[in-house]
Amino acid sequence: MTAALQDRPASRENEAPAAGAPILSVRDLACVFETRTGPFFARRSQVVRALDGVSFDLFEGQALGIVGESGSGKSTLARCLIRLERPASGRITYRGSDIAQLDERAMRPLRRDIQMVFQDPWASLNPRHTVSRILSEPWEIHAGLVHPSDRTERVAELLRLVGLDPSFAHRYPNQFSGGQRQRISIARALALSPKILILDEAVSALDVSVQAQILNLLAELRDRLRIAYLFISHDLSVVRHLCERIGVMYLGRFAEIGPAASIFGSAGHPYTRALLSAMPESANRERIVLDGEIPSPLSPPSGCGFRTRCWKADAHCAETVPPLSGLPGTGAPATQLVACHYPFESAQSCKP
Amino acid sequence: MIRPCLHTDGPRKSSPTPLLHVEDLHVRFASDTGPVAAVNGISLRLEPGETLVVLGESGSGKSVMAQALMGVVPSPPGVVTIRKLRLNGTDLLRQSPTAHRRLRGREMALIFQDALTSLNPRFTIGTQLCEMLRVHLGLSRRAARDRAVQLLALVGIPSPRVRLDAYPHQFSGGMRQRALIAMAVALNPKLLIADEPTTALDVTVQAQILDLIKRLQKQAGMGLILITHDLSVARQIADRVAVMYAGRIVETARTRDLFERPGHPYTEGLMRSTPRAAALGSPLAPIAGSPPDLRKLPHGCAFHPRCPRAIGICRAEPPPMRVISRAHSSLCHLAEEVE
Repeated sequence: MTAALQDRPASRENEAPAAGAPILSVRDLACVFETRTGPFFARRSQVVRALDGVSFDLFEGQALGIVGESGSGKSTLARCLIRLERPASGRITYRGSDIAQLDERAMRPLRRDIQMVFQDPWASLNPRHTVSRILSEPWEIHAGLVHPSDRTERVAELLRLVGLDPSFAHRYPNQFSGGQRQRISIARALALSPKILILDEAVSALDVSVQAQILNLLAELRDRLRIAYLFISHDLSVVRHLCERIGVMYLGRFAEIGPAASIFGSAGHPYTRALLSAMPESANRERIVLDGEIPSPLSPPSGCGFRTRCWKADAHCAETVPPLSGLPGTGAPATQLVACHYPFESAQSCKP
Repeated sequence: MIRPCLHTDGPRKSSPTPLLHVEDLHVRFASDTGPVAAVNGISLRLEPGETLVVLGESGSGKSVMAQALMGVVPSPPGVVTIRKLRLNGTDLLRQSPTAHRRLRGREMALIFQDALTSLNPRFTIGTQLCEMLRVHLGLSRRAARDRAVQLLALVGIPSPRVRLDAYPHQFSGGMRQRALIAMAVALNPKLLIADEPTTALDVTVQAQILDLIKRLQKQAGMGLILITHDLSVARQIADRVAVMYAGRIVETARTRDLFERPGHPYTEGLMRSTPRAAALGSPLAPIAGSPPDLRKLPHGCAFHPRCPRAIGICRAEPPPMRVISRAHSSLCHLAEEVE
């Protein structure tokens, strides 16, 4: 039994999650896809910058929420971190070494530490394997971690950890409900005692009542096992519930990143303000309905990506990409970073 | 032309003939493992111009109910029984299938969740829109095209004359949903049923589509039944909310009353499961267990195995619909009248 599975009591109040060196540090990450368009005799290749200049730190036991609409690059970010995609440039520093350009072979031992839970619990479990086989498969790939004779015991332990009965080990995925399947997916991700768990819309496909069960489980596991989460979701209220820090993405860049309380209390970016205004509890706040939709990453606007939908945009926004920088007047070191030429001051009203 | 503003002063209360009157709707599906009871006795009234949100989780029967009202439940395997179905005073049950079909397009329209599968990928938006206008209204080719341009403009599609010749895949998700809404309101229906119209869309686009639906409804004085699993959508758009569980309406109330004083343990559970500012830092209170198997519903109240307040009678007898206050009732043995 490895240390990570043991109970390590850690209450969230008396720890400073940002203390010490980050476990994962991302700098200037860019990911580029090439697409081909047009008829075959006049095929042109176009470059899509799915991620551009993304930087952030992730600390042990901390949950960082990534919010964004479809096409914002949040899933590409997840895929780059577990190296399902090779980043075009930038650094991903995990425990002191840059993993951004490692080859498959060198990456494999590190995959143990960074695991992923996917959105769809119906598609991500093999219907022809028993739960026991699904959970022990990681140990086949990473041989030598768990002795075959210990596996039955460890499967039972994993099932208990995610709140399922150990007797479920011999059942097949189709005998479970959506919430139970997502528990199994989480158990599989935990099988190798990872340090970082990437959850890509992991609760989005679930009904509200079941979603609450899984959110509680995730909060409990984080506190017990001290895993860092990168929690990707389009649902702000879910992210606020689970995460200490939140990054808001738009067209492959961070529009804003900072502590959850400051993002919700005094968002600096107009896009963040618009997202917040669409939340159920903001009925008494000013509601901002944006025009149009997120532009195609194939032909992004010049300058600030959000300027085509922004009510504050002017000529300056069309020329220069706003850098991610601290809000004026919040002191140094800034914890809340905003990529906007005209950010909101803390209590400022949204409307022009 | 789009029907002029009939009443913009919100829903008319207590009109003598409701727009839609449904009594005792049941839908069953035959399956290899026995009949699946998807809808188990639903009765509802909708006033002209009113917005009713039907709120429920997956498997609660909300979509099947919508399909049954439109008469599009596939049969077999579906079997629909219903005691009363009146639209604007017309008894739909007495009508021939042909007459019913004609009514379906003109008087009531349905918008589905997935705009991509609702449109035929091989025809342009214009072709699909014009075909419908020509069949139902007998318009000429040119008149239908002009009308189609008007409709696309009405739902906020930029440069409608050009976009008419686009194929569905050339539209974004939000634009496709707009096109679908254009088709649904093309014949000035009196009743619009929208089944999760914004679920597949991004938050900012969702706000646009809800605004559009609201605006069209107001302009034309349509009755609207909007089906969703999303409490925030319900709160934004509904005049009245009906909460469904295991094929029944378990609570119905005006929106404010429902969110301030939920009268059914299930509704209460849903609200406590939703992450919100007030509950930050503490665990959520999910509803225990999972929804029942519709092939063998629990005895008594279908919610009793998951209900924190269940007592003896809940296991023994199905609960009656109890009135809590005016326009607020709950399908629960323990519901009590207030005031």
